[in-house]
Amino acid sequence: MTPIVSVKDVQKTYDGGFEALKGVSLDIRDGEVLALLGPNGAGKTTLISIICGIATATSGQVKVGGHDTVDDYRAARSLIGLVPQEINLEPFETVMNTVTFSRGLFGKPRDDAHMERILRQLSLWDKKDAQTKELSGGMKRRVLIAKALAHEPKVLFLDEPTAGVDVELRRDMWETMKDLKSHGVTIILTTHYIEEAELMADRIGIIAKGEIKLVREKEALMAELGKKQLVVELSERANGIPESLGKYDLTLSDGGSEIVYHYDSRKDRTGITRLLNDLQAAGLQMSDVRTEQSSLEDIFVDLTKGDAR
Amino acid sequence: MNLIAIKAIYIFEMKRTFRTLLQSVVAPVMSTSLYFVVFGAAIGSRIDQVEGVSYGAFIVPGLIMLTVLTQSVTNAAFGIYFPKFIGTIYELLSAPASFLEITAGYVLAAATKSLAIGLIILATAFFFVDLQIQHPVWMLAFLLLTCLSFSLLGFIIGIWAGNFEQLQLVPLLVLQPLIFLGGAFYSVSMLPELWQTVTYFNPVVYLVSGFRWSFYGLADVPIGWSLLAILGFTAACIFIIGLIFRTGWRLRD
Repeated sequence: MTPIVSVKDVQKTYDGGFEALKGVSLDIRDGEVLALLGPNGAGKTTLISIICGIATATSGQVKVGGHDTVDDYRAARSLIGLVPQEINLEPFETVMNTVTFSRGLFGKPRDDAHMERILRQLSLWDKKDAQTKELSGGMKRRVLIAKALAHEPKVLFLDEPTAGVDVELRRDMWETMKDLKSHGVTIILTTHYIEEAELMADRIGIIAKGEIKLVREKEALMAELGKKQLVVELSERANGIPESLGKYDLTLSDGGSEIVYHYDSRKDRTGITRLLNDLQAAGLQMSDVRTEQSSLEDIFVDLTKGDAR
Repeated sequence: MNLIAIKAIYIFEMKRTFRTLLQSVVAPVMSTSLYFVVFGAAIGSRIDQVEGVSYGAFIVPGLIMLTVLTQSVTNAAFGIYFPKFIGTIYELLSAPASFLEITAGYVLAAATKSLAIGLIILATAFFFVDLQIQHPVWMLAFLLLTCLSFSLLGFIIGIWAGNFEQLQLVPLLVLQPLIFLGGAFYSVSMLPELWQTVTYFNPVVYLVSGFRWSFYGLADVPIGWSLLAILGFTAACIFIIGLIFRTGWRLRD
């Protein structure tokens, strides 16, 4: 399947000499939700800005729906909706006017039914005649989303959509995203909230220092990098791992009161039953047993360690 | 051609005008009317006629130009500077619209506003002075071209400006002197010869002269030159805006 967005060797050096993107290549599949994770200054916003036409790449090529974003910008841009990170709104304009303006700017004829549908979905219908400056921060962010959806885009970029947003609104936004996805809209989401990426994304990309460190299926990524460990609490502290247990990958922790076993939960044989039997045979008294799995957050921290500026 | 985008920008900008009617239309009309009262009615009656036209009537075309030029520049400059200032420019840059379409939307809206102001001032002038318009079609053409070309200039200034001070700088420090020294209040022939020569380097002279010709048939420079000057100026502005959008100067990172 041809990707809906294709980024090839995109490099961006700012006038000051700062290299924000060091040859990024990325294919985004039609209809997927891709979460881009990365620390501040990693290049997430720069990448989105280049795809959307707000910034120009120093070199490289971007295609959206098969259209080059420079040579065939009209076709490419009309497929894209962008929700920027900063809340930028015309303060004295009403919600309805500002959203209608966005649709017109993208060359779509007026469609009152569509406007009403979007505003209702984002709980903005009651506020349609309010000036945007009268709205709360969360409401303003909804207006930004409504603006981005006004021209019925095929690809939606959400740059930190839930930053500084309360729980209720975040849930609403997730619902909106799910609804859009079910209508075939491709969503690219940058976020700091790993929980959000875990919940929403089909694939996860990690970007740091202007480079894509990895792009994987979320499930695969978590299985591949998500180590699982079994922690056995002992009734009495052990001085060391008994020799008879040398074949297992065991470590002592908490001053000898816990034995930790690392294993792969996807394997047919995890070795847990045998280990427990052998522990008993070695004369160790177990008081409790628990398992732990590293979250996406741990993986993220591991990968980008020392990369934050 | 994304005509819908031009229309969207135009309507959005016109809504701003109607929202700020007092500041954007009433204020300039009011201040120009004061000139009519002072120079036309009060002092004007004590000043000799200029080339057969009463002084009060003589200054009307120049005064209209004074207001229309400044209004065109400030309106268009503010129109594009404001999205830059509040950050909504991202939408214009990411829209499937060409530089010509975006410029057209903002410039047409700014020009419409200053054209309306010019016409209201003209109508007001009839209350204070005895006016005649010999070439009404040319009068309208000059007015329209001036509104358009100086809105284009304002658009460039709005893109160039990095803060509100710079936004005010050009109209105050450059335009105002050019207009006052451009023959709005006097005929160039009233100046000493040296200053006459200097004056011909002032582009506003050609505008005021052409515009006044459409009223009274009086011109400091041949009417063809006036027309050429304003068309040349318009072309130069469009060319510069084209360059700005192609290079992304002050717009794109």
